[in-house]
Amino acid sequence: MPEIIDQIFVLSKHWLLGYVPAGLQPVFSALLSVVPVLIAFPLLFAITTVLERKGLGRMQNRYGPNRTGPFGILQPMADGIKSLTKEDIIPRTADHLVHLLAPLLLVTASFLVYAVLPIGRNMVIANLNAGVLFFFAVGSMVELAVFMAGWSSRSKYSLLGAMRAIAQMISYEMPLVLASVVVIMAAGSLSTVAIVNMQASYTGIWPHWYVFTPWGLTGFVIFLIAATAESNRCPFDLPEGESEIIAGYYIEYSGFKFALFFLGEYLGMFATSAMAITLFLGGWAAPFSFLTWIPSYVWFFTKLLTLILVFIWIRGTLPRLRMDQLMNFAWKFMLPLSLINIFGAGVWHYMPAGLLRWLVVTLLVVVSCISLSRGLRRGKWFHVRTYRFAA
Amino acid sequence: MTISFLLLAAITIAGTAAAMSLRNLVHCVLALTLGLVGLAALYLQLGAQFVGFTQILVYVGAVAILAVFAIMMTRSAEPTEPHGSSSFQLSGALIAGIVFAVLAWAVSSGTKALQVQTLQPEASVNQIGVALMHGFVLPLEVIGLLLTAALIGAGVLAMDETRGAR
Amino acid sequence: MIGEGILKGLAETARNFFGSYVNKDRLTTVQFPEERLPQIEATRDFPFLVYDGTDWQQGLRCVSCQICEKECPPKCIYIEKSKDKKPDATGKPQSYPTTFNIDISVCMSCQICVEVCPFDAIKMDVAFELSTDDRFGGLLLNREQLAKSNEYYNKIHPTEAAAVDAAFAEERAKAEAKARQAAEAKAAAAAQTLTPGAGETTRVQ
Repeated sequence: MPEIIDQIFVLSKHWLLGYVPAGLQPVFSALLSVVPVLIAFPLLFAITTVLERKGLGRMQNRYGPNRTGPFGILQPMADGIKSLTKEDIIPRTADHLVHLLAPLLLVTASFLVYAVLPIGRNMVIANLNAGVLFFFAVGSMVELAVFMAGWSSRSKYSLLGAMRAIAQMISYEMPLVLASVVVIMAAGSLSTVAIVNMQASYTGIWPHWYVFTPWGLTGFVIFLIAATAESNRCPFDLPEGESEIIAGYYIEYSGFKFALFFLGEYLGMFATSAMAITLFLGGWAAPFSFLTWIPSYVWFFTKLLTLILVFIWIRGTLPRLRMDQLMNFAWKFMLPLSLINIFGAGVWHYMPAGLLRWLVVTLLVVVSCISLSRGLRRGKWFHVRTYRFAA
Repeated sequence: MTISFLLLAAITIAGTAAAMSLRNLVHCVLALTLGLVGLAALYLQLGAQFVGFTQILVYVGAVAILAVFAIMMTRSAEPTEPHGSSSFQLSGALIAGIVFAVLAWAVSSGTKALQVQTLQPEASVNQIGVALMHGFVLPLEVIGLLLTAALIGAGVLAMDETRGAR
Repeated sequence: MIGEGILKGLAETARNFFGSYVNKDRLTTVQFPEERLPQIEATRDFPFLVYDGTDWQQGLRCVSCQICEKECPPKCIYIEKSKDKKPDATGKPQSYPTTFNIDISVCMSCQICVEVCPFDAIKMDVAFELSTDDRFGGLLLNREQLAKSNEYYNKIHPTEAAAVDAAFAEERAKAEAKARQAAEAKAAAAAQTLTPGAGETTRVQ
């Protein structure tokens, strides 16, 4: 019985496909895989906005939205109707075509990455041979969309925001990819399905998640920090720093296009969280062997919601970084640490299993982390800042 | 010659042609990106996933952004007047024609040789990795060295010049 | 240790989050339309006109001297003076405003009109729920909308209103005393004139 519930979506898809003529089956198969994802994740977006606003409110000693519907749960619908009915303003000097294409490209790219994310056992749209690479390749198209939005608006604020966003995304994409390299090394595959399958086994009751190794934990933390920066969330939300450049690259957008940007941003956050789950937290695998009777997709969404709540928690806690702090952190701490982490994963791979390799790799990671953080802070206290170009 | 191939080829050619003919430099970069995406899609159509995705990652994610940054930092993105004499354009067209002729000859003469081999090579990521680490390890290391040198050079160029004076 | 401050911050926000469900101090919001904080007595937003008695047209204290109109810094008061006079609350014939408009979208709540009014006719209101869908007409208050009773004034600003009422009562008492004195003097004079008059008549006779 648990198997049937676990596979209910897969089985119902096959059952539905039985009624379709053979010639149309590939098309319908694709539709039946894609449409639920296109429904589920925007729905999750709606839920997340409420959770985020209410959670942030509680962290700041106030209620969140609590007027629309019981406990304010209808707030996203009100927001959606509002943004649909709002006037769509395009600046007169804007590049109309690029201005229109930017949000579309952003949302398209954000949706495309879900093709390789395994939501449950046998539940993935496309099991690509190079799935992880696909994820990062399509994810990098978001940068282009951000640039298009910022440039086409013909506003200094939006251009500044776009430049900040691109600089930040390029800087943090490197630690993001390098942090996932350790998992690819361990799994020996770029396919997301294979990576999850590698982690879905147990020793006793404990799962074989990659986060339960020293290099995996380091990689997970680096990945999480880089993912926060990639999705332009607090404390890395400089591209939309309200106090400096108002809203960043989508300042000139209104109405539904603005809503699309919002949607794209959240979809990107979900996608990177889902990737973190796939790579480090065992994807749809249950955390203990005696809990495997709970359907795999439930586990996936539980983990996803947990990570989203962590993101909200971080947003409610940390203030925004300065640009130089952001760049220093990316290039002087995250990048070297992720490179050392790859080395550590190699050491782990070639050492015999046992306590010794735990000790060696943990020591390697901890020592390099401490010394890198020392190096990041060195010379900060007695440093007199000089402004070279200030008159 | 499937429909999808024709479509992708048309997108690629349209993108690259627009990249050459548009007036606004940023539009040119965006059109070029479209052409590169079309090229990546063509790779994917041939079953070369790794090459296709790397094409998107490198060219769309990095090169297009680099070009955009270069335009933003060097000159105004406003449309400029076309320049160059007709003889300049003529010689350009001549060179393009010669290159096309050579490539077309090479491809059309090579097709016969390829047709013997009906088996489609399955170039998986594993195989590429093994090939890079065994057969092509020296070129890989040399490229790595070159890129590291370039990186250090960029760092030196960007370094605070006052530190050297002190 | 790197990240120590971040962990401390995370602990604090987590305390806020969970504490907001159990501890009133961690959730200080007042849910406005249902809950209201007690009004501070010195609250003020826009001016209103005070009237005595029950009939606002009869009891309006304003005598349309137009000092407030002249003194108003953003010039949001517009007054038209009446041609005729009618008795005010104390029965003295006075001019009254046929038009008295205040544009509260312009008013800056400086209270200068209140300070300069010699008749204690204009005071500051506390009503703040003034939202309207007509930003021109809806925010231009006329005489009828501005007129509020002295009881209302006593309710919103008790101390101040009591002082004003006391001053009025004193003035009225003084006026009455004066009137009484005058009446007495008049009566005395009348009596005086009566007696000599009688004497006179007797003298005449």
